[in-house]
Amino acid sequence: MFPTVPMAQQTLRQKLEILADAAKYDASCASSGTAKKNSLGGKGVGSTEGMGICHAYAPDGRCISLLKILLTNHCIFDCHYCINRKSSNVARARFTPREVVDLTLNFYRRNYIEGLFLSSGIVRSANHTMEQLVEVARILREEHDFRGYIHLKTIPEADAEIIHQAGLYADRVSINVELPTQAGLTRLAPDKNAGQIEGAMGRTRARIIEAKDERKRFRHAPRFAPAGQSTQMIVGADDANDAAIIGKASRLYGAFGLRRVYYSAFSPIPDASAVLPLKRPPLLREHRLYQSDWLMRFYGFAAQEVADAAEADGNLPLDIDPKLAWALKFRASFPVDVNRAAKEQLLRVPGLGTTAVGRILAARRHRTLRLDDVARLTASVAKVRPFICTIDWRPTLLTDRADLRRLLAPRQEQLELF
Amino acid sequence: MSTMPYAAIGAHYAVHLPVPDDFTFWRERARGLVQCDVPPDRVSWIEPDGTGDLFASQGPFRGDKRLPVPPADAPPVRASQRFLTVARSAALHSDPARFGLLYQVLWRLQRNPRLIEDKADPQVRRLEELAKAVRRDAHKMHAFVRFREVADDDGTPHFVAWFEPDHHILRAEAGFFMRRFANMRWSILTPRGSIHWDGKAMREGPAARAEDAPGGDPVEDLWRSYYAAIFNPARLKVGAMLSEMPKKYWKNLPEAELIPQLIASAQAREAAMVAAGEREQRARSATLVEVAQGIAACRDCAIADCGTRAVAGEGPQGARLMIVGEQPGDQEDIAGRVFIGPAGQLLDEYLARAGIDRSAAYVTNAVKHFKFTWKGKRRLHQSPGAKEIDTCRWWLEAERAIVRPRIVLALGAGAARGLLGRTLSVTKARGTPIMLDDGAELWVTVHPSYLLRLDGEAREQQAALFAADLARVRERLGAD
Repeated sequence: MFPTVPMAQQTLRQKLEILADAAKYDASCASSGTAKKNSLGGKGVGSTEGMGICHAYAPDGRCISLLKILLTNHCIFDCHYCINRKSSNVARARFTPREVVDLTLNFYRRNYIEGLFLSSGIVRSANHTMEQLVEVARILREEHDFRGYIHLKTIPEADAEIIHQAGLYADRVSINVELPTQAGLTRLAPDKNAGQIEGAMGRTRARIIEAKDERKRFRHAPRFAPAGQSTQMIVGADDANDAAIIGKASRLYGAFGLRRVYYSAFSPIPDASAVLPLKRPPLLREHRLYQSDWLMRFYGFAAQEVADAAEADGNLPLDIDPKLAWALKFRASFPVDVNRAAKEQLLRVPGLGTTAVGRILAARRHRTLRLDDVARLTASVAKVRPFICTIDWRPTLLTDRADLRRLLAPRQEQLELF
Repeated sequence: MSTMPYAAIGAHYAVHLPVPDDFTFWRERARGLVQCDVPPDRVSWIEPDGTGDLFASQGPFRGDKRLPVPPADAPPVRASQRFLTVARSAALHSDPARFGLLYQVLWRLQRNPRLIEDKADPQVRRLEELAKAVRRDAHKMHAFVRFREVADDDGTPHFVAWFEPDHHILRAEAGFFMRRFANMRWSILTPRGSIHWDGKAMREGPAARAEDAPGGDPVEDLWRSYYAAIFNPARLKVGAMLSEMPKKYWKNLPEAELIPQLIASAQAREAAMVAAGEREQRARSATLVEVAQGIAACRDCAIADCGTRAVAGEGPQGARLMIVGEQPGDQEDIAGRVFIGPAGQLLDEYLARAGIDRSAAYVTNAVKHFKFTWKGKRRLHQSPGAKEIDTCRWWLEAERAIVRPRIVLALGAGAARGLLGRTLSVTKARGTPIMLDDGAELWVTVHPSYLLRLDGEAREQQAALFAADLARVRERLGAD
């Protein structure tokens, strides 16, 4: 795919192609939830106003919010799922910190991006690499007064002091746990260590809490990663099932106060290692994991409850969403009376999102809801109907039907004769 | 005609809006009309271009322009904060009926102050929809405005964008771009008007045409390269892209011209990636005989294509010790048996001295074919690469799963990589066992051929270390 050009002769564009290509397997692209800032009264450009902005979408459906690149894809580590591992045959390139800074500013001024997401292969040592990443952020913030979003990937093996520096310049820092189980990590990422990764996460969490606390008392105390920390898990490269992944995610949210856990379905990479499964897991699996993640974060489900919705092999069904799967398994909790039920109960109804539940709660202060009213408040009343009752509707037989799943699962498309 | 102190019974009023996005103007007129008790069906709201209420410009209901003046003792008009928020957005919608709808809801709000909470009410719902469409339009404007750099007469860089919003959002969103690009000179041109920021003050200008904006920018080439490179062809999801970046925006996005070609080539690129790493989809072998047949037919790496034979492991199934070498050598390849050449003989000698029975152990290699280069008529051993060892790991794992040894002895770094998937230093790893994922103990030592290449004192030293490593393994075998 890439012309093999000696590294010294690579143009900026060739380097960008190699180092963006190398970065694309990291799913995170969020630019939201950081401290509000703008460039009024400053010297440079940049603002963050709470909501992230996706400036473009690639045909893979992923949003392009940040300039997501590696400083270099040379790496002394040999993780099998990674395109940049030492034993891989991909073209290598290296940016200087100044080149990354110029690219970021040139893209930002044209309103292509919200900021920079910088990561790197490990060169020489973890500390050396981390220093280079921090240097990019320093030039952006101090020399150019850049006030856009910066996300730095931190390297767990680097010294705490350098990671601390990263947090002072960046809006968000992240460390990838990569694989949900220690066994998977040992097998596929032999240079990484779960204890070390979690240790670094724990230290970052402590620093974030500390900095928040300081700001409560001293208005000018420096901010530390105001958009918090996140992580990524690769799905389908080892044999961990959905229940294990959900359990791990729940632990990470609880123990380290993560803002987000990203799930990245393992996808075939050029020059793949022979230890990997050749075929990718269905992308739908990643989607179901995100849905269950939402159930835990916004719908009051416990990790165990989501795991209960899984099938016998510990994986979530692919044909229906996890909330519907849970409802079908625990039918005794339904139907829910939309005129009386508590918010927590309404949130469990398949087809009712947080917005719809908010609308129902507001509307029922004014009227006793009929099925038509519910239809106006939700996206699809057909999905909701079997699980609710209103003043003029009871799903007398529907909830008990053995073939309810078939009725509610999205239709399989019949292929036409060609 | 003097101003009328009260609304005439049955009179119809028309309000002409000076600009389509002036919420304050509407608010003041609406307040007066409510105070004069003018019901919604008696007011028309007419936009500058004459559109608005159906009755405004025709028929017997043509309204009186002169609005009634509210009595001094008229009660104040009230509206909830939520209504104001929604109304401010909805007023920017391009639907000509929006101001009429706003007035209807405001009118009803006087009788039911909490009306806006009733999301099941069709008018409230419609109002929320309008506001939502405007918010989305504004969000897309923040996202999809693309500046192009030109130089002004004084040489200062000036960033100019052409954008086509669906609704009257330009003035309302100017602040976002000012806060973000405060120290930049920029202009946003739209068919509904334009705004200019010079670093200090905002200026409004007339409607513009696409041709008024610059035609290109050299940085767009870099941006397109980035866009193409960040796309992962192995996970095509066109629907997800289209729902967030509908085609109507594409014509003003420099990167969008790549999309058709990226989609068209995606499947071929993914197939090429899978094919490049292609190994036959085979089930894991269940017996050692199957492994032997499998490796004979295996062509997963280049070593297998050199006209050599695959050399299978030897030893009893269920052996407690597995000894793993690097790869077969010249003599092993000729005979088709493991460890029979000079290194094998040396190994036998040391095993015997340590008291380890080779015939009770399962002996195999990390790589099953002989890799070599020709030197004259001799085949010279060449170390297998990490990739080749990793490829062959499939077979080594199959053997481990069948034999299930409790102790594995890796001879050399190549063998250790085949078992662990990583390259380690033998000097550092020797002497302490490493736990494998199935609970077996892995002991690492040097390959006997290493001893063959040394002589003198160095050989003696290394031989002693090698013997000590074997002695430890013997001890563990005894203890197990």
